[in-house]
Amino acid sequence: MSISADVVKSMNNRPAEERILDFLEVEQGLSEESAVLEALRCMGCPRPRCKSGCPVNIDIPAFINEIAQNNFRNAARLLKKENMLPAICGRVCPQENQCEGLCILGIKSKPVRIGALERFVADWERENGVETPDVAPSTGKNVAVVGSGPAGITAASELARAGHSVTIFESLHKAGGVMSYGIPEFRLPKEIVNAEIDQVLSLGVDLKLNHIVGRSITSEELLAYDAVFIGTGAGLPYFMGIEGENLNGVYSANEFLTRVNLMHANVFPEYDTPVIQGSSVAVVGGGNVAMDSARVAKRMGAKVYLIYRRREEDLPAREAEAANAIEEGIEFICCANPTKILGGPAVSGIECVRMNMCELDESGRPCPVPVEGEEGKFTLNVDVVIEAIGQGPNPLLASLIPGLKRGKKGNIIVDENGRTSIHHVFAGGDIATGAATVIEAMGTAKKAAQSINEMLK
Amino acid sequence: MAYTIKKATEIADKIFEVWIDAPHVAHNACAGQFVVIRTDESGERIPLTISATDGDLVRIVFMAVGKTTTQLSDLVSGDTIQDIAGPLGQPSEVKRWGRCVVIGGGVGIACLPILARELKAIGNEVIGIIGARNETLLLLEDELSAACDELVICTDDGSKGFHGFPADILKQKLEEKTIDAVWIIGPAIMMKITSIATLPKKVKTFVSLNPIMVDGTGMCGSCRVTIGGETKFACVDGPEFDAHLVDWDGLMQRQRIYPEQERQSLELYHEHKCRCGEKHE
Ligand SMILES: Cc1cc2nc3c(=O)[nH]c(=O)nc-3n(C[C@H](O)[C@H](O)[C@H](O)COP(=O)(O)OP(=O)(O)OC[C@H]3O[C@@H](n4cnc5c(N)ncnc54)[C@H](O)[C@@H]3O)c2cc1C
Ligand SMILES: Cc1cc2nc3c(=O)[nH]c(=O)nc-3n(C[C@H](O)[C@H](O)[C@H](O)COP(=O)(O)OP(=O)(O)OC[C@H]3O[C@@H](n4cnc5c(N)ncnc54)[C@H](O)[C@@H]3O)c2cc1C
Ligand code: SF4
Ligand code: SF4
Ligand code: FES
Repeated sequence: MSISADVVKSMNNRPAEERILDFLEVEQGLSEESAVLEALRCMGCPRPRCKSGCPVNIDIPAFINEIAQNNFRNAARLLKKENMLPAICGRVCPQENQCEGLCILGIKSKPVRIGALERFVADWERENGVETPDVAPSTGKNVAVVGSGPAGITAASELARAGHSVTIFESLHKAGGVMSYGIPEFRLPKEIVNAEIDQVLSLGVDLKLNHIVGRSITSEELLAYDAVFIGTGAGLPYFMGIEGENLNGVYSANEFLTRVNLMHANVFPEYDTPVIQGSSVAVVGGGNVAMDSARVAKRMGAKVYLIYRRREEDLPAREAEAANAIEEGIEFICCANPTKILGGPAVSGIECVRMNMCELDESGRPCPVPVEGEEGKFTLNVDVVIEAIGQGPNPLLASLIPGLKRGKKGNIIVDENGRTSIHHVFAGGDIATGAATVIEAMGTAKKAAQSINEMLK
Repeated sequence: MAYTIKKATEIADKIFEVWIDAPHVAHNACAGQFVVIRTDESGERIPLTISATDGDLVRIVFMAVGKTTTQLSDLVSGDTIQDIAGPLGQPSEVKRWGRCVVIGGGVGIACLPILARELKAIGNEVIGIIGARNETLLLLEDELSAACDELVICTDDGSKGFHGFPADILKQKLEEKTIDAVWIIGPAIMMKITSIATLPKKVKTFVSLNPIMVDGTGMCGSCRVTIGGETKFACVDGPEFDAHLVDWDGLMQRQRIYPEQERQSLELYHEHKCRCGEKHE
């Protein structure tokens, strides 16, 4: 097996056999002592490499130094100066590619566990009384923020702190975007998402739920604001386009995760929204979304297969997430691709073809080519299929604003300051970059909000 | 945030009209659009067509069929619901067609007033045809006869108006005069059968599809339908589509994904109501 058990060992996880029975958090936080010990490992580099890996520019050595001095309150202040969602980022940032990936200690041994320390400080502050950051005197300017995912929330906090009157419009009944409907409870407890969003709202931000911009608010009404930030995300699910895809029991990962995370279908009938409780589930895809879907299905009691078309070492998911999934008993079937979903009207199976790995393609990974003939075919008996093969930019709003330039895939085109083709309209997060990460969404949103602050001066 | 019910009335057998104070929906709503409602914290998100608006108020008309619609039917003026999002979906293609026929079957009749009024306001001639199993299931007759140039009422059993189906009247009208556009809104099977009538003369025919939805904003794909061989999301690409391109069997199959859970939900709700000592019909 190419995914190393080491990754799992380095985390502070609850045992797999226990955690697959519930939706409680898998990774446990650091204790005060271990946080201080870990903080003491940081060398406080004068030109810290770690910092350049953080899209929101947290002063990493400074906050870690405060932890080492047992001064958690100051550490929290330093964090929140740059990042209003530290408990979230500490949990879901792919730190191995960001801050920790660049930490100088990582060259010879293990990098400082920056994410775990960030989480520790944020959790400490939540338990010991949260301080609301200062807000500048009112500027009298009105700014609209569309979408309440990490991009929208971050933009709103930057804008509110600069003294603007900020209104967030969110089409769903709950704020948070993917953090609320996509990322499962056992990786990111909703209590934490709510608490961090509430902190931003406490800056005086007005949140309007159930408001679909482009519909409840027309584009003319939107453009009447002094400035607009669009953070509508990459919520459009792609489907494979194979036979049997519309059978009952085939879900997009978005639908499956929304039913469970946002609507609590896992505790039906206590909550009204149903979901098919598969006894055997096939998840198609190899990214983080696929891992989340598989691990949710597992917790609902199913035997779970994950079907991925390349090799295990090519899995785009974070190594730690793949390792967690394996530990939880998800069966990975790599080098295979579904060709047909069987059944009618309900799913009864999935037909797949094995893939051979050929020359490298433009992504530098081997190109999967189906094995010809009967020997390449196999069938799995499953009653639920979850497709986690990617999402595109949410097309609704962008298509309703005349003059807003979009790229081929439907993403909103922005310049390096986050400005769109309309002078006072800015965009950030997945709607601008395509599906990325929480922290990148926050980074681009912060940049755009700073440009708005500049413009409104 | 909660939204207040301003008026709630049973207007036909098990069919209810409810007015909700929701300015964000009411102000920009057009014919053909819908709302998504969640009654309370543990509720499901269900789509309902916007049947009319009046100032800040939105009217929905629904039949109590399952848990959520039954719960909605138990609400009275002054009660609140947790969420109402909208308007969602593409507005109906309202333009100067000439002569239009709008057809409603069962609770689908509720979708017609706003459509008929918009069509008429810009100079179309509007013929309304409404049908139900029997007289007790007919609704909004007065409102529709005011909104249409002509209104024909049908019942399957002949208890009121024409004894037969809207399709029969539609065929007759298509013989008598030129019809430029037709809307058919009702149960899937009724839309499927009725829309066959407009095929020979290739009259532009719209139907409003009602697959199971979750978000209603294009994010989950639950509402996918096949239109002319292509996958579309009914909540953002529709809900109105060209009737002659719809894969009806696919739609009807996907409306029946959760029969067992729906039954269980409704049973539990009735049990709960009994325990709480409320009236129980
Ligand atoms: C299952 C899953 C797991 C993930 N795991 C991780 C992870 O572990 N780590 C990580 O860093 N990233 C992860 N990601 C990616 C990350 O969640 C996204 O990159 C990030 O949420 C993008 O933020 P955003 O604010 O741009 O958009 P979103 O989070 O998508 O939020 C957009 C919001 O805008 C709202 N909206 C859309 N249109 C309108 C409109 N017209 N009017 C009003 N509101 C509107 C939507 O309802 C939504 O709430 C994951 C993604 C998924 C799907
Ligand atoms: C765009 C649209 C507009 C609609 N407009 C109206 C309307 O104006 N009046 C009206 O009475 N009905 C309307 N419907 C149908 C209505 O949404 C369902 O009857 C309602 O969801 C049933 O919920 P329930 O809990 O009472 O019943 P359930 O017992 O949950 O279901 C009864 C039947 O309703 C359908 N249904 C269940 N859940 C959903 C869901 N989340 N989304 C869509 N359908 C579902 C299923 O086919 C099911 O068999 C509309 C549907 C759509 C998609
Ligand atoms: S926000 Fe993310 S990238 Fe930045 S320091 Fe924290 S964990 Fe690292
Ligand atoms: S690079 Fe590593 S050691 Fe240096 S300051 Fe950053 S975290 Fe500390
Ligand atoms: S209801 Fe989710 S995409 Fe249409």
